Order: sequence, then structure tokens, then C-alpha cells
Amino acid sequence: MKAPQLLVHDKKDTVGVVVVEGLKAGTDMLAVITADNSSFKLKSLADVPIGHKIALSEIKKGETVWKYGHDIGKAVANIKKGEHVHVHNLKTKRW
Amino acid sequence: MAKAMKKAPKKSLARAKRSGVTIHGWRRENGRVGVRNHVIVLPLDDLSNAAAEAVANNIKGVMAIPHAYGRLQFGEDLELFFRTLIGTGANPNVAAVVVIGIEEGWTKRVVDGIKKTGKPVAGFGIEGTGDIMTVAKASRAAKDFLQWASEQKRAECDLSELWISAKCGESDTTTGLASCPTVGNMYDKLIPKGIYGVFGETSEITGAEDLAKARAISPRVGRKWYRVWQAYQNDVIEAHKTDDLSESQPTKGNIAGGLTTIEEKALGNLEKIGRQCRYIDVLEPAQAPKRGPGLYFMDTSSAAAECVTLMAAAGYVVHCFPTGQGNVIGNPILPVIKLTGNPKTVRTMSEHIDLDISGIIRREITIPEAGDMLIDMIARTANGRLTAAEALGHREFVLTKLYRSA
Repeated sequence: MKAPQLLVHDKKDTVGVVVVEGLKAGTDMLAVITADNSSFKLKSLADVPIGHKIALSEIKKGETVWKYGHDIGKAVANIKKGEHVHVHNLKTKRW
Repeated sequence: MAKAMKKAPKKSLARAKRSGVTIHGWRRENGRVGVRNHVIVLPLDDLSNAAAEAVANNIKGVMAIPHAYGRLQFGEDLELFFRTLIGTGANPNVAAVVVIGIEEGWTKRVVDGIKKTGKPVAGFGIEGTGDIMTVAKASRAAKDFLQWASEQKRAECDLSELWISAKCGESDTTTGLASCPTVGNMYDKLIPKGIYGVFGETSEITGAEDLAKARAISPRVGRKWYRVWQAYQNDVIEAHKTDDLSESQPTKGNIAGGLTTIEEKALGNLEKIGRQCRYIDVLEPAQAPKRGPGLYFMDTSSAAAECVTLMAAAGYVVHCFPTGQGNVIGNPILPVIKLTGNPKTVRTMSEHIDLDISGIIRREITIPEAGDMLIDMIARTANGRLTAAEALGHREFVLTKLYRSA
């Protein structure tokens, strides 16, 4: 298999992780779900550093964000499909 | 006590050959297997660091382990202090110990604690003698121990006799994708063979506490775990926080690496215990496991050096340290194997990395294959390969302090 640009832990997840350096906006990424090795394509909307997350679908402000098939916090802004997801638009529900 | 010491070798022989992987370590007087042969000079307290370092300077090949505490501690904090010092000296990676303290009472307490393992240990008090005479006497003892230790031969042991600890640091999202699941795969393979494992980092399980509770061997152990986690939330976080912890958990380094929330960090962290392992008991900081082979949880800080120091004091002899952004930690007596799945870290910090498993995120190798690579690296480390941290002289020894001294 060609090396993917994005890895997703679980089918249920709404974000994936960029696993290549220097990913540019507009890249037609190969995304692989590690749980079952299935793949799909997704266009990145921004330059995103390795290790950072990208939204797999539109996420509305207040909605739960899923990774590892689990709740990792809530969106604090509307997030577009393909957008960079990090501390500017995702927060824990705890602290 | 003497009875227990005689029993131990028998038990370990019965367990031998389970993994089919032979390593060459040192079988200590109490039957435990060590993978290093250190002679250490252990100061009881901050005041005795200078004398301990002078001894290590006199006698080439012994190692002083200076630290910041040991005066006017009391209660549970003092108990933890003694447990950490005695446990460090008792660790099977240590052949013999010279203890130096400002006074003889507490020095003797540490000496007597280490002596229970059966290994050579001697203590010296500075009061009434002064540094120079103490250093002279302690140097003679250190020289005798070093020459004795240098003739102790490695013996054939089974990999399953090792106690292998795990704690990650400078985590990022690749930690949860690659390096932590690799450690988890190693535990899934070696715990059934009879090793002792341990994970900790009480604060960093926050966000995955229900998952962690469910991974206990029984509901009773799960409830014990949950009480420890809840006590940390109440007694430490709620009592002392001045903000929302958003720059401590996750750390600045974690955030730079792409981790956003404590939940995300916790879920990645917990990948270290694999898919099948269940922890069989919950240990206090630096407490030696008592329920036989298996995986344990230890109540520790998530700060790397504090946590690894506590695990070494509990008797673990090889440490697996998954890192994402590149933590550089080592320990004086416990070889710390660093593995990373982040290709950028492999490129920019290669001198700190023992095992490059970045092939996982390129889908070139699988996690079970990476697990086998880690087991091979553990065997090589046990057989004498120096870790990156050992070669670079990382000897972080950091005592956990529960509250301020009297």
C-alpha cells in the first residue's frame, strides 16, 4: 500500500492524524483507518504539521470530537471537513 | 527473612526457560536477575552529596547518586523517601552499595533495608568524623565492593525473569499510533511468559479513567485503582490548581506535537498496556510488587524522571520509554530504552532513540512486528548494550516529595 498522509484510529472517529512532514493545503490525502485497514480520500484545507489532526467531516461548535472511538473533548468553533483541529477549536470537557 | 532469601532462587529457576529467549544477566543473592552491575554511592541526604561524589571520584567505576532531600521529612513522605532509597540500593541492577549520611541513625536504616537482599552494603556517618575521614573510609569500602563486583559473572537467565517497566514522555499523536501500542504488544506477549510489568502516571489517565478501571483483573482491584485516581484529583489537582491545567496536561511539547486534550493524551498513553493485559494490583509509589508475575499499576507523577525513579526503586530492571517529540531521560541504575514512531524525531534527535519504529505510520511494519523488535532490543539491552541515555550520561534521579519538610 502507498504510504498514507492521514491515519485514523477507529471507524467512529471524526478526526485523523497527519503522519507526513510538510503537508500542504489542497493535498488530496490518502487516509487509512488502522482498525480495519480501510482507506478513503480527503482534501486538506490547510498546511498541517505532522502529528496534528484534521477533521474527517464537518463538526459543529459544541459537538463531541471522537478519536480512538472515544470522546476527546468538544468543538469550541465550527470546524469544516479537512480543517486543522487543535487547541483553537477543540477543548477538553473537564478542565 | 533468611528463609525467604533461600526460597527465591528456587522460584526463579522454576520460572526459567518460559520465553525461550536466553539472556545473560546477574543473578543476585535473593534470586532476582539484574542486567547491570553497578556499585553505587548513595547519599542519605542532600548534605552528604559532596562526600558521595568525592568517593565516586576516588574510585573509578563506582557511581554516586546525589539528590536533593532526606532532611526533616516525616510521616508518609518520609516512608516514601526511605522506600525509594532502599529500593534503589536493593534493585538487582546494583551489585553493592555504600551509603553516606550526615548522621548514623537514618544511614543505618537505609543500610539495613538494602542488606535484606543479601548484597554487600556499608554505611558511614559524617557527624563526629568530618567529610575527609568519611570519604577515606567509604572509598576503601567502595574499592573493595567494586573489585568484588567486577568478578561477578553474568549467568544464563530467561527473558521472562526480567521486570520491565513502561512510561512515556514528550508524547504526541504518534505515541498513540505507534510507540505506546508497540510497548502494549510487548506486554501482551511477555506478561503471559511470566515477566513483571508496570505502568503509572496517575494524572495522565485522566480522560481514560473508566477504561483503565475496566482493565483491572477484578472489580475490587479496579475500585482500588479508581480510589487512587480520585484521591489525586481531589488532593492534588483541586487543592493546588491555579488554572485549568491546559499548559501542564497536555504539556507545551505535547501540544506542539499535535495533542490537544488530556483525554486524547490519556487514550494514547493507555495503549501501553496492550489489548489483553490486566493489572493485578495497585502499588504505592516505589512499592515493590508482591502478587507475583503480571502487570501492575503504580501511583506516580507523570513527570518522566520522578516516575522512572519510582519504578527503579520498586525493582524493575529494564524500562521502555515511548516518546513522540523526543524526551531525553535516563536513570542511574535502570536502562531506559527509547522508542519513537515519529520520523521527524528520528531525524532530528537520533542520538536519543534506541528503536525507530516510524515504519508503523508509513504502514511498512505492523505493531506486532514492532513489538518483536522491542523484545529484541530488551534482550540486547539486558545482555549489555548501552542505551542512548546511558551512553549520553543521563542519570536523572528525582525523588517524589509528597509535602514540604518539617
